[in-house]
Amino acid sequence: MTAAARAVPDKVVIVGASVAGVAVARALRAEGYDREIVLLGAEADWPYDKPPLSKEVLCGHSDRVRTSLITRDEARELAIDVHLGLAAEELDIAEREVVLADGERFGYGACVIATGATPRPSPWPLRLGVHELRTVRDSLAIRERFLAGGPVAVVGGGFIGSEVASSARTLGLPVTILDPLEAPMERLVGAAAARLFTDLAGRHVTELRLGHGVVAIEGTAGELTVRLTDGSTVKAATAVIGIGVLPNDGWLASSGLLLDNGVVCDEFCRAVGAEDVFAAGDVARWHHLEQAAPERVEHWTNAVDQAGFVAHNIAHPDDQRPYAPIPYVWTDQYGWKFQIVGHPESVSCHEVVGDLTVERPRAALVYADAGGRLVGALTVNWPRALADLRRGIADGVNAEGAARALAERATAGPVKT
Amino acid sequence: MYRIKADLNVCQGFANCVMNAADLFDIDDNDTVVVLKEVITEEERAHAEQAVRSCPVNALTLEAQ
Repeated sequence: MTAAARAVPDKVVIVGASVAGVAVARALRAEGYDREIVLLGAEADWPYDKPPLSKEVLCGHSDRVRTSLITRDEARELAIDVHLGLAAEELDIAEREVVLADGERFGYGACVIATGATPRPSPWPLRLGVHELRTVRDSLAIRERFLAGGPVAVVGGGFIGSEVASSARTLGLPVTILDPLEAPMERLVGAAAARLFTDLAGRHVTELRLGHGVVAIEGTAGELTVRLTDGSTVKAATAVIGIGVLPNDGWLASSGLLLDNGVVCDEFCRAVGAEDVFAAGDVARWHHLEQAAPERVEHWTNAVDQAGFVAHNIAHPDDQRPYAPIPYVWTDQYGWKFQIVGHPESVSCHEVVGDLTVERPRAALVYADAGGRLVGALTVNWPRALADLRRGIADGVNAEGAARALAERATAGPVKT
Repeated sequence: MYRIKADLNVCQGFANCVMNAADLFDIDDNDTVVVLKEVITEEERAHAEQAVRSCPVNALTLEAQ
């Protein structure tokens, strides 16, 4: 042993009470950590889950899904000391304290930064009728607008924009998605899969205005005019802006931590240069051992999984585990479930298993690297295939063989219909 | 000892459990979860709980026996 053995900290302060923060608190208890846990959340609402905000909440189906991440009773049972309604303003590493907006200071043995991300500032002033979507209050405000009627303009055709468009169509509103890119999902899933998303939008009569930027959004709620770079306009009652998010790391400016598109961490999710500070979720940019550049991932699965590793590494200082996941994301649009595993965006070579042209496909796009090894997959309404392909990626199997095995499974078909 | 329980009516085949613990979970041809190992030891608890927690729709629970 070269340095003094790390001790289990006597108190963990988690800054951020959304998906990652709550998961860290829960995972610490699961790991057997029996000392003090403080969970600090900027929002006054009790912690709630995010995926339903662009889907069930907008559609008025909140009762069908879990929306709470932790209740007051659960927090008491787990002995998690929850403080809500005030944002953290400073991290004082020398004093080992988190400082809240009202000046209250929380000393820590270990600190977890889980402050998430916030929508990229909208170049078009937000107001009634022009909304962004991040919080439950944003979602309820948009729902109210949707209930007042369409049409709806969605600026940005990524995951959030596509899901909002899908929800608006479910409510029967005319929808136009506007994006300066020709295939908005391409960066995330590769060209072939991006076409799949645009085809699906077309099937559901979601209008796509791609390849032109938005210059201005004029007018008031109910009577908006969206002006595009090609001189054309789109009329809308409501506009929803989904142009990406930025990590919430501004409050750490004075901390001395290395910030570069998120809190820069080592492979154990420990902030570079700060022994007792960790990061998890959208705000964390960590050294993934199998990636050339540090990774920052803005998806639910990563927030929960990374939280588990952070909790483990805090509770077991003598058993540090590097976090090096195979990426996995999902999106539900127009009643279809898309699941993406591995790195389909990095390669162009793929094989399609199943028929994508039928009304409700059960299909998979299987991606190989130059050596023919399975490196990624996108499945459509086919979780079983996703599970198989995920194992195949981990085992480094041949892509053609994996596709053949799936094709055989596909002809067997689902057991129930 | 702990027992893993899956609510097949709630499961939507997200497969997060398989991502976290491929030794404990799989997805079947009905696109719902299969628990490969129902009874687990104290040593496996944190690993199992991570998979349970990773379910976006809370279809999994871990009960002490």
